[in-house]
Amino acid sequence: MRFELPISVIKTRYVPGAWDVAAFILIFAGFAYLADAAHGLTGSLAHLEAQRISLDPRYLPGYAARTALRMLVAMIASLVFTFTYGTLAAKSKRAAIVLIPLLDILQSVPILGFTIVTVFFLQLTPGRVAGAELAAIFLVFTSQAWNMAFSFIHSLRSIPDELDEAARSFHLGPWMRFWRLEVPFAMPPLIWNMMMSMSGGWFFVVAAEAMAVGNTTVTLPGVGAYIATAIQDKSLSAIGWAIVAMAIVILIYDQLLFRPLTASADWFRLEQEAGLTPSRSWALTMMRRSRLFSLGGRLFGSAIQLGFNRGALRQRRPRESGAASSTFLGDVTWYAIIAALIAIALWCIARFVLNHVPLAEVAHVVGLGGLTLLRVAILIALASVVWVPIGVYIGMRPRLARTVQPIAQFLAAFPVNLLFPIVVSGIVVFKLNPNIWLSPLMVLGTQWYILFNVIVGASSLSPDLKYAGENLGVRGWLWWRKIALPAVFPFYVTGAITASGGSWNASIVAEVAEWGTTHLHAAGLGAYIADATAAGDFPRNVLGIVVMSMIVVAVNRLFWRRLYDRAQRKFRLS
Amino acid sequence: MNANPQPLNLAPLLTVKSVCKSFLKPDGDELVVLDHVGLTLRPGEIVGLLGRSGSGKSTLLRLICGLDTPTSGVVDYQGKAVAGPTRGIAMVFQSFALFPWLTVFENVKLGLEALRLPEAEIRKRSLQAIDLIGLDGFESAYPRELSGGMRQRVGFARALVVHPSILLMDEPFSALDILTAETLRSDFLDLWGEGQLPIRSVLLVTHNIEEAVQMCDRLLIFSTNPGRVVSELPVDLPHPRSAVDPRFQALVDRVYVEMTAKPRGELRGGGLKTERFAGTGIGTALIHVSSNLLAGLVEAVHASPYNGKADLPVIAEDLHMEVDDLLRVAEALQMLRFAEVEGGDIRLTEAGSAFARGESDERKHLFARHLLTYVPLAAHIRRVLDERSSHTAPKSRFFDELEDYMAEESAEQTLRTIISWGRYAETFAYDDARQVFSLENPA
Repeated sequence: MRFELPISVIKTRYVPGAWDVAAFILIFAGFAYLADAAHGLTGSLAHLEAQRISLDPRYLPGYAARTALRMLVAMIASLVFTFTYGTLAAKSKRAAIVLIPLLDILQSVPILGFTIVTVFFLQLTPGRVAGAELAAIFLVFTSQAWNMAFSFIHSLRSIPDELDEAARSFHLGPWMRFWRLEVPFAMPPLIWNMMMSMSGGWFFVVAAEAMAVGNTTVTLPGVGAYIATAIQDKSLSAIGWAIVAMAIVILIYDQLLFRPLTASADWFRLEQEAGLTPSRSWALTMMRRSRLFSLGGRLFGSAIQLGFNRGALRQRRPRESGAASSTFLGDVTWYAIIAALIAIALWCIARFVLNHVPLAEVAHVVGLGGLTLLRVAILIALASVVWVPIGVYIGMRPRLARTVQPIAQFLAAFPVNLLFPIVVSGIVVFKLNPNIWLSPLMVLGTQWYILFNVIVGASSLSPDLKYAGENLGVRGWLWWRKIALPAVFPFYVTGAITASGGSWNASIVAEVAEWGTTHLHAAGLGAYIADATAAGDFPRNVLGIVVMSMIVVAVNRLFWRRLYDRAQRKFRLS
Repeated sequence: MNANPQPLNLAPLLTVKSVCKSFLKPDGDELVVLDHVGLTLRPGEIVGLLGRSGSGKSTLLRLICGLDTPTSGVVDYQGKAVAGPTRGIAMVFQSFALFPWLTVFENVKLGLEALRLPEAEIRKRSLQAIDLIGLDGFESAYPRELSGGMRQRVGFARALVVHPSILLMDEPFSALDILTAETLRSDFLDLWGEGQLPIRSVLLVTHNIEEAVQMCDRLLIFSTNPGRVVSELPVDLPHPRSAVDPRFQALVDRVYVEMTAKPRGELRGGGLKTERFAGTGIGTALIHVSSNLLAGLVEAVHASPYNGKADLPVIAEDLHMEVDDLLRVAEALQMLRFAEVEGGDIRLTEAGSAFARGESDERKHLFARHLLTYVPLAAHIRRVLDERSSHTAPKSRFFDELEDYMAEESAEQTLRTIISWGRYAETFAYDDARQVFSLENPA
């Protein structure tokens, strides 16, 4: 009989190491920023407006920190939403009937269409900065939360039977089950979705910092506000500085958050193959090696442990099985309530919109939707023609792929709205047709999703298949048709779905652009929504969003999802 | 508490009384998985549940463990009906079911944490269990770093640490290679024989006959569709048992005979799952066996030393096949009238011998003829294709028909089987992209 403790639970005297120093610096820098940013929260809005954004690059680090902090808060809010909404939707059959379609629609709603909702937050804390901050964070939240929640729900539903049975037969209470089984199992796809959300989020945080809804204009200190000011002042150099600052912020986020997260995702992976090379991250190493961090981790662990005990207490009582509670009558009532609520909601929206908007304009808006749809379709097609061959070329060369992939990922995260002013100034100078030349802005940021998914697809093609192709002498167009394109197709579809969704969103900022006092305007649904927001015209804003959401849902259902299912069916090997 | 390997005449620990379990099929009919199953488990014994896959033995284990509830009947554990996961009954899983994100130590102590024991006690008992099961030094390892055998040791430690009275084992060695399984089995038997385990009795589910004979004091043999206990055999060989002992071999042979016996009063439609409907016969569920395996077994039985007739345990050993897999192939051959399976033997028919002697083309013709004559579904598909002017028919047409007789997965597997056999026999073609049956083969 031995009584020594396993290595992982041995407690030793606290001796600070090099990793601790690094951790210490990072933590306190974080606190300092937090305190500074929080200080601004309680200030009055009037004071904030009086304080004009300075274009002096010296202020940029401060602005960038504020922007980054908003992102972080939004991400935390998204996680909380994911864990609660996702759990509810996955566990309760009745809740799922409402929650899942709702999530599906929310995912298709153009986020920038929500800008008008921010008025609500401003009224929550009249005259205070906190309301405006909340509004901006809410906007970012809406760009991040839905896909994370979806991924979590999907994971909860696909927990392997044997792990579920093991958890049940060892009497895990609900709380313990959540932290020991459900969250770890859901982690790898959730982390991936968090990264995608983060990438998308930068775009919206920049857009959210300079909001103009009707007569209310809110400018929150941040990179986005800095850019807005630079546009007003036509300062190309300031825009250059902002781009540099943003790049640095994204790089820091990548190093401190993305890398450790992806590296730790490997840890949760279910496949128990030995010899998998884990992803590397210096930040994760620091967190694991530093006792300061592990102290924090242990505190968090103890908090959860406390919950385990309480959860176990609750488990003691024999539970009724879930089947018994879902009676037929209950189901009927539940469906009836939902149907009634949907009917009422539809009626309200229709009345609200039609009271202010003539029917002919509704038809006009649908037509504008068609125009934007045409733009998105053409641009995605163009981006595919350009990036698929390049992606295949890169993906087939592992060394090149290792260099290019992080760059593509970085480019996808980079908020392209920062680049808009440069393009717009070009259009103004060369007197180009905005209906055509504003359009590329829509895919500027989203085309990278196609590129890096194709790279992933091409690099995951098994070497055996590659060699078999070479061995049989398959070359040229035949090689593309029979080997390369089918191999990357499922990956391409995934990337293209993301890219097209992102392009719809971007249309709201891309179809209307400003440079100093010059306004450029393309005909399209995005411009219609942007105009309605700027004018504070609720009914037209709602109409625009509803039409755009319906088009997005329809395109997803009728085109992308079918393509995706086909890709899934045709190209799997078992 | 000494676990004596000899069954004692004590009050039973566990009684399963007339338990039935059925699932609802899409058309509203019930699919009976367990049909009035009864068994008792007394202190000090290891009882084996032997049966083919799909005989419901794993379902029974889940009912006993409280992971599922019976449609009717009672599982009685120490005087109380089991309703939900029960303290005192622990399970070892076929796929180990370890939490990949927890270390060995964390995996083992999980069950104790859930019981809210004091931290010191949790640590002491977990380390004891790890020590006992031979995992010393691996406390901080993650499951992915361990070999299959070591992983299943964690599975054992995790189950033993909660000090259950009954240990349920769901084919615990079947995911391991032969050598590892053997080591783990004998280690377990040693600990059991020495009375070192905190458990009082064991219920082992397996389809490996040698394993059952080696480990158990009593064997219950399950029939397939619906699952019932068809016979019970005591195993009174002294431990350690040797597989070369003639008495051991005799017992293995007897179990084979029991397992291949045709149930009384019921013609098993070719021996596979029989979900028959009067008159039709297309509702016979097929289990997927590739044409390669069929030809392989015919050739093996035809060749010397068997020369057309083989003892199943012997040829299983020879071909390194699990009984379950072997029986599946043998029964498919029986359905096609290439072989007969009875009394633990497989014997080739005339056609079977002809098949073994034939060249590729002759084989295909023979196979096609038997397929159309003896497998009603194949004949049915061919008839539909012949009658239609386009000579094509969507898969969904047949799928819907099959669903009247069987569960969705069975229908899917049956179609997969018939497609593969039909392709081999060149009786019809199938296009997976369009999900359509047709008569033309792409030239």
